[in-house]
Amino acid sequence: MMIKGKLSVWLFTIALAAALSVATAGEPRSGYEYIKQATRDMQDDDFENPGLLTVEKGLVLFNAQPDGAGKACAACHGAAGESLDVSKIARYPVHNGNGLVSLQRQISTCRINNGGSPLPTNHPDLLSLETFVRNRAAGEPVNVQTDGPMAPLLGKGEQLYRQRYGLIDMSCQHCHDYYPGQMIRGQKISQGMGNGFPAYRLDIGEITNLSQRIEQCLTLMRAEPFEADSQDSLLLQLYIMSRSNGLDIETPAVRY
Amino acid sequence: MYRVMTFRTVLLILLFALPASQVMAGEPETGLPADYCEWELADYAIAKSLCGLAGDAARGKAISSDGGRGNCLACHQLPIPGVEAYGTIGPPLTGIGTRLSEGQIRLRVVDTRKINPMSIMPGFYRDPRLIHRPGKRYAGMTFLNAQQVEDVIAYLVTLK
Repeated sequence: MMIKGKLSVWLFTIALAAALSVATAGEPRSGYEYIKQATRDMQDDDFENPGLLTVEKGLVLFNAQPDGAGKACAACHGAAGESLDVSKIARYPVHNGNGLVSLQRQISTCRINNGGSPLPTNHPDLLSLETFVRNRAAGEPVNVQTDGPMAPLLGKGEQLYRQRYGLIDMSCQHCHDYYPGQMIRGQKISQGMGNGFPAYRLDIGEITNLSQRIEQCLTLMRAEPFEADSQDSLLLQLYIMSRSNGLDIETPAVRY
Repeated sequence: MYRVMTFRTVLLILLFALPASQVMAGEPETGLPADYCEWELADYAIAKSLCGLAGDAARGKAISSDGGRGNCLACHQLPIPGVEAYGTIGPPLTGIGTRLSEGQIRLRVVDTRKINPMSIMPGFYRDPRLIHRPGKRYAGMTFLNAQQVEDVIAYLVTLK
């Protein structure tokens, strides 16, 4: 009886370990596969997807002179951004020789170089421009650099991914590596991929980029969130985006 | 004999050096809050109630399903009629009072990582000094207070 009991515990442990390794070693899956059909329909319909409004706003800003006097993005990149290289957009965040640069930071730098006054990180205008530019590359697979100077940074990003935070005391991996597909209250847990960002979040009714999503997640963990443009946030974004390599860009995705 | 001593020494160094290095790595060391009651782990259970408090099952039931407090339903199924959305991360808690003793339940609610270090479950009365990067308004706090923990336990033992 005793032996039987112990055997069943062992079998259960082995089965659990096997199930976990399958769950974590699987191919990356877009959050699209974890949302409800109604949410997918909303994302796929350009008139229903609320994130398209932000893309439209971004398009207007793309064609406007920064601060009414500088040079518009469209002057170089085309009125609809047609001369932007989508394969380069899919590389973000990139390493510029000095450090990590997010897509929004690159847009901001370009804007300042062309006569715009600096805007704070995640200013609505920058967020709209980021969403518009990223949307140009929709359908392009995420292709973040993982070798060279990125390798040590990815190691740091992974540490941040596996670190527990806040009173709820969970790491990113606890939900997104161990339990994707399971329900947390009424919502299905995804693999925490970044290919849909900036995404429209139904929960808060706002367009949200990856740095903001991380901030929201940490706040939910009752942790002190990273500053939007901090190195920690960038490193975590880099690691998340590298996990998403190969997944099609869906910006603006619709997510809970 | 010499070998045994070395092994022990290594163990001792590990035991004392690890927490010290964590402190040096920049973890702010906050003291325990004045109202935090120490608890004792024995035989994979915490036999004595926190601070000697008695729990109230009805209050515990309310805390368990309250999204801002215990929120057990986020991860566990509970036999509460009318609840449609519950989590499937942890085991269903129906019958938990049959499967586990009160002391075993207390350990799992207080700090389940004493049994499973990799667990996703928050320690609802985990030593606040062990929490990494708590939000400013949560620093030095436990997830639930001792009375709330005892209330939840009083409810869970009734699930037979």
